[in-house]
Amino acid sequence: MTVPMVRSEGVCKSFGSLEVLKGIDLEVQRGEVFCIVGPSGSGKSTFLRCINHLEKVDSGRLFVDGELVGYRQQGDKLHELKDRDAAKKRREIGMVFQRFNLFPHMTVLQNVMEAPVRVRKEPVDQVRERAMRLLDRVGLVGKADAYPRQLSGGQQQRVAIARALAMEPKLMLFDEPTSALDPELVGEVLDVMRQLAVDGMTMIVVTHEMGFAREVGDNLVFMDDGIVVETGRPRDVLGNPRHERTKAFLSKVL
Amino acid sequence: MTPPLHPESIKAIPVRHRGRWVAAGVILVLVAMFINMAVTNPNFEWDVIAENLFNNKILEGVWATIWITVVAMIAGIALGVLLSVMRLSPNPLLSNVAYGYIWFFRGTPVLVQLIFWFNLAVLVPNISLGIPFGPTFVSWDTNSVITPFVAALLGLGLNEAAYMAEISRAGIQSVDEGQVEASSALGMSRAQTMRRIVLPQAMRVIIPPTGNEVISMLKTTSLVSVVAMPELFYNTQQIYARTYQTIPLLIVASIWYLILTSVLTTGQFYIERHYGRGSSSEKPPTFLQRLRRNVFRFHAQPPTPPSSTLLDTHGGVR
Repeated sequence: MTVPMVRSEGVCKSFGSLEVLKGIDLEVQRGEVFCIVGPSGSGKSTFLRCINHLEKVDSGRLFVDGELVGYRQQGDKLHELKDRDAAKKRREIGMVFQRFNLFPHMTVLQNVMEAPVRVRKEPVDQVRERAMRLLDRVGLVGKADAYPRQLSGGQQQRVAIARALAMEPKLMLFDEPTSALDPELVGEVLDVMRQLAVDGMTMIVVTHEMGFAREVGDNLVFMDDGIVVETGRPRDVLGNPRHERTKAFLSKVL
Repeated sequence: MTPPLHPESIKAIPVRHRGRWVAAGVILVLVAMFINMAVTNPNFEWDVIAENLFNNKILEGVWATIWITVVAMIAGIALGVLLSVMRLSPNPLLSNVAYGYIWFFRGTPVLVQLIFWFNLAVLVPNISLGIPFGPTFVSWDTNSVITPFVAALLGLGLNEAAYMAEISRAGIQSVDEGQVEASSALGMSRAQTMRRIVLPQAMRVIIPPTGNEVISMLKTTSLVSVVAMPELFYNTQQIYARTYQTIPLLIVASIWYLILTSVLTTGQFYIERHYGRGSSSEKPPTFLQRLRRNVFRFHAQPPTPPSSTLLDTHGGVR
């Protein structure tokens, strides 16, 4: 049996007195497209950010590729990871944000090349070649020398995906990647993600795009109020929800 | 719906700006009065001004002023950026040290600091290098270390650092949090994120007030005359103390200060243009471009586009 890419055991997280995650249990297998849906404020994004340790988990255990996130276990004691070690683990996990977060002072090509050159210290020529290949893959070779401000939202998000892929991650996290886009631009981003899924990338996607979840997703969880309410094949959960809360949510969004 | 009519191009009488003409008249009279005074009043002593403008002593002072401004500013900016990064650090010790520094150096007058540094020898007669509370290896006489230049540099540079720290902190905090998140997610370290992502973007906010600081510093260097540092103002004073030509020599100094600040203002404009890249698609016009446009507008109304193009672009065709 292979180790799952992500395993979450009773993960809890609070901001002050506000409990955002109240014990999340789930497993994401290799090569799987795992969708997380639910109303806003349900803790989906927070959970995603826990996976690459942008947020610290309060209790429970979170494993990525069999390794504990944010801590090192020695005997029965947990040691918090140094910033440098946490950063090292983040390199292997790509993340795409709702608001793109491209670096506005760099061109598209520089955005994609920055981390491989600075963090992985790869030779510039090699990185440039890979960056151009990735830009080709997201259909934006012609925009390599443009600044992010000159691109549409959909184009920016595709650059952001290329930027994350440039680090050759084993896992990609998508935090509502199409929520900030004009409706007519959603398709181009979903196309890129669909292609990524076909290529076998392990992806965790927080999304409101039920069509995408149904078509591309291998598994889906519905989260509400910090817990996993329902989980299963997207077709089953979306088409035939068992819980009242899932039904109530889906009746509003579908 | 009726098809849009083909309107005739509008021929209207433009709004009259009577207020502008009145203001122009008033200003013209005032300027004429001033020029008249400057020319006819012999106390200006224009010949003395012309004679002293390129006086060796004055030129030496100009160089010294430029030199102190540059060195004190570089020290101030470097230390200021460091302090702002410390101030925003998660390490409470660093953050509080930076806070204390800013509190102290911003809270005491720079003139007091200058005289204080100059008189450091009274407080600490010797400066030594060694193991704390242990033996010393080398020792210097404070009076020989703290020359007027060093006192000026310490006084102005350390004071400037406190102000630059606040400017730089504002710049860093103006950068969207998502930028730090994105670089963290890519595995960049805190230092890399700061240097490659946050500071370059903070520059857009930091540069304009820093230009202000440089110009302010240029003039604040005149305070250094109190520690007998031979810069522009000190040398000017030296001359008029001997010749009693106070006003003409102050005008000489002012002319030089104005020339220097004009050069700095121009430099600031181009630096701002450079760091604005990626933030807006159009760069602001340079001085020459603006001049060309304004002169053009002064002479005549900008040519209105021919009415046919107006129609085409404004939906004459469905």
